[in-house]
Amino acid sequence: MVGEKGTNPVARVVIHSVLILGALTMLLPFFWMITTSFKTYADSVQIPPVWFPAKPDFSWYPRIFEQVPFGRFYFNTIWVTVGRTVPQVFLCAMAAYGFARLRFPGRTAIFIGVLAILMVPSQVLLIPQYFEMVRFGWVDTYKALIVPGIFSAYGTFLLRQFFLTLPKELEEAAVIDGCHYWTIFWRILLPLTVPALAALTFFVVLWSWNDFMWPMVVTNDESMRVLSVGINSLQGVYTSQQPLLMAGAVMATIPLLVFFLVLQRFVIKGISFSGIKG
Amino acid sequence: MSLAKEPQMMLTGSAVKSALRTREMLWGYFFIAPVVIGLFIFVVIPIIASLVLSFSSWDGSSNMNFIGLDNFVKMFSDQVYLKALRTTTVYTAITVPATIILSVMVAVMLNRQIRGRDVYRLIFFLPSVTMPVAIAVVWKWMYNGSNGLINYLLSLVGIDGPGWITDERFILTSIMIIAIWGGIGYNMIILLSGLQGIPDTYYEAASLDGATSWSRFANITVPLLTPAIFFVLVTSLIGAFQVFDLVFMLTPVTSGGGAGGVLQDATRTAVFSIYQNGFTWFKIGYASAQAWVLFVIIFLITMLQMYLQKRWVHYE
Repeated sequence: MVGEKGTNPVARVVIHSVLILGALTMLLPFFWMITTSFKTYADSVQIPPVWFPAKPDFSWYPRIFEQVPFGRFYFNTIWVTVGRTVPQVFLCAMAAYGFARLRFPGRTAIFIGVLAILMVPSQVLLIPQYFEMVRFGWVDTYKALIVPGIFSAYGTFLLRQFFLTLPKELEEAAVIDGCHYWTIFWRILLPLTVPALAALTFFVVLWSWNDFMWPMVVTNDESMRVLSVGINSLQGVYTSQQPLLMAGAVMATIPLLVFFLVLQRFVIKGISFSGIKG
Repeated sequence: MSLAKEPQMMLTGSAVKSALRTREMLWGYFFIAPVVIGLFIFVVIPIIASLVLSFSSWDGSSNMNFIGLDNFVKMFSDQVYLKALRTTTVYTAITVPATIILSVMVAVMLNRQIRGRDVYRLIFFLPSVTMPVAIAVVWKWMYNGSNGLINYLLSLVGIDGPGWITDERFILTSIMIIAIWGGIGYNMIILLSGLQGIPDTYYEAASLDGATSWSRFANITVPLLTPAIFFVLVTSLIGAFQVFDLVFMLTPVTSGGGAGGVLQDATRTAVFSIYQNGFTWFKIGYASAQAWVLFVIIFLITMLQMYLQKRWVHYE
């Protein structure tokens, strides 16, 4: 890291100006999303635009719950996110432990298979997975939204890499003491894996919460929509009511933002450690 | 007596050992079973099905007819599909370098003890944790031709802004601007961690030799950052070739023809084309074949990257 003292004052001013300009560009859409959601309809279409609404209109937030089943979209999104994330992190950790520590015939071959799956892009899977859901009779159910999203080659790979960095001595002592493999996994290794688990949890939550294509494909019924699909379909119907759309966008964004701020430390470390894709 | 007992003990010893082995083996299968079985059902079977489908003309309901390589042959003369591949290439060729150059700039500027460093880092990362549809909704509103913020800001400096998302000449550019805006933060985090791995002593030695800050940047920072840039490049290229969400959300829904059709022709990317063939036009076999072709393209580009990295990536 280069100290600020080392750079000359002119360079410092330039750097700060560029950063401030950049930061404003990043923030402008967020600012616009939030202020628009508090504008009256007249203010929202005003040119020159109203930067800060003089008479904020708070009615768009309750109104979106009345005009569309927004509460239902919310519940669906939370349920799908939790339903995918909790089992995924847990099952990936189990598999990662098995691949990293236990010896059994076929281990390498099966692991190479898992790695090969990593390379297959999701759009190759999209169509056959959809027809699999049709075959299972899962279309328009939570099962379709949740179950295929649980099993992750990526999470398994990531956590295995992390398990491999942990010293083996801890478990060897436990094995000699006659500890059960489950006890070793649950009591000794998992607590040491918390940073990696937190990073993986965050990204699984992020992907599930924001997932768009799969929920759009496997649900038709309005009551089964998640936030991303619900808000996208609102676009066509309520084009003239921008504040309503913005209120929806704000509400869809905030939970994840809070979640990110809480786990920020682990997330940044997780990205640096693995280059996990956000 | 002791002589008679010893072999017996050795026997039990090895019996215990093999029992332990069996136990470890069974637990091993137990630990990996849920993920492996799940991946088999929801990934391996669909992959095989997709391969089979790509040689068929299945429309989703009638009997499956196998037509050999027809789907793959058809692609080379399908103007709509070739246009989609060109659009994807243009999108990739512009967004990937632009995002990487901007994120290197931001990361280098933030890799010093400046005031508000953590706040800047957070601000640039915000779009990465924002729902794409929220991003699409607000940008669409800002791009609006008559009431939009962007054309208003442009009018302040005397520019008569275009119909960003209603004019087929501009819509792809508009989407690319959003993609670049949203992509900087994530790359910045990876590049920052790369920068933090460069030892201070290198810079100190260069300062003693009287190197200017530009030559320090060009001769120390950039070469030592190449592994991180390489990683960002590979993942960004893969991501750009698979772009769908933003394109789909910014393009008006239509089943063909009309103004919406023209806009779709301007924005249809490879994955958009797969989606449309599969779920709008029910050309399941053709869509599957397109998905495999895209996979092969991405795979070849990634391999090419791996091969070319020797030329420019410096590993210590």
